[in-house]
Amino acid sequence: MSEMIPDKKINIKGLVCPYTFVKSKLAIESMDVGQVLEILLDYEEASRSIPKSMEDHGQKVLKVEKVNDTDWILQIRKDKD
Amino acid sequence: MDFTDDQLLRYSRHIILPEVGGKGQAKIAGAKVFIVGAGGLGCPVGYYLTAAGVGTIAMVDNDTVEMSNLQRQIAHSVNTIGMPKVESAKKTFEALNPDVNIIAIQKRMSKDDIADLIRDYDIVVDGSDNFPTRYLVNDACFMAKKPLVSGAILRFEGQVTTILPGEGPCYRCLFEEPPPPGLVPSCQEAGVLGVLPGVIGGLQATEVLKLILGKGEVLKGELLIYNALKTTFRKVKVPKNPACPLCGQNPTITELIDYNEGYCSPQ
Repeated sequence: MSEMIPDKKINIKGLVCPYTFVKSKLAIESMDVGQVLEILLDYEEASRSIPKSMEDHGQKVLKVEKVNDTDWILQIRKDKD
Repeated sequence: MDFTDDQLLRYSRHIILPEVGGKGQAKIAGAKVFIVGAGGLGCPVGYYLTAAGVGTIAMVDNDTVEMSNLQRQIAHSVNTIGMPKVESAKKTFEALNPDVNIIAIQKRMSKDDIADLIRDYDIVVDGSDNFPTRYLVNDACFMAKKPLVSGAILRFEGQVTTILPGEGPCYRCLFEEPPPPGLVPSCQEAGVLGVLPGVIGGLQATEVLKLILGKGEVLKGELLIYNALKTTFRKVKVPKNPACPLCGQNPTITELIDYNEGYCSPQ
């Protein structure tokens, strides 16, 4: 799979729910449809809940990857304004 | 809108709603709401709109806080007895949310000043306790083309409706004229269950937020009637009256009216 270059990256390490999603949602809102947001996080529950919430809000989850012992990287494409 | 860290925390449960989000919260922050009455209805309406982060909230009321208000008027307290109700409420709301600009106006509105008072506001909420004010507010909102969220309570029953300028009926389509003073329950007869204005005021605040957000459906052309004893909600369709003296085809009311004497307004 080719690497997707994100249009915007946020680091929300140290945040817990629901602020993980609050920050992610505000970042997506500020972007254009078709753009990709990359989220770096270290709260395990959010690695499941953010993709689910993003899909509920009409966005496309491109990647959920555990990158080391503590961190996850998500890539979300904005499909819905 | 850039949120401070405190605002992110405060409004997080709004922001994560698909119908609100950061953009909706910014609309709420930019909204200006005018509340008539700082009593049973005005207190919960103002309280929840303050909590929601409505940018500017004006409240108008001429009364001062009395012990007999405290059974239902939740913005006031034993510490504010004797204080103008609008000042008492302002104090409470500012303690809840310093983001909100609360404008306290201590007066009884009349046909001479209401148009100026509501001019800068997006939405008017009627929480008044008397017919002269209720009709004055309806007529002024119709003339100024302001959305009006109207609420009323008595004993165990309350009603809510939302009147949109140029769409659907106005309050006079429903009740053409104020009732004669003798038919209005006197102070001694007019009890009210203390929690009732909380329910009705909560519904009014919800209507306001939906109007600000442009989401959902409001009570346009409908009167919602809540019976607290039976725990029932009834929605009654209210047609626009083509012969309405205010918004009908041949209006007879073309200027504001002060209906004055003979009405008792319960404390």
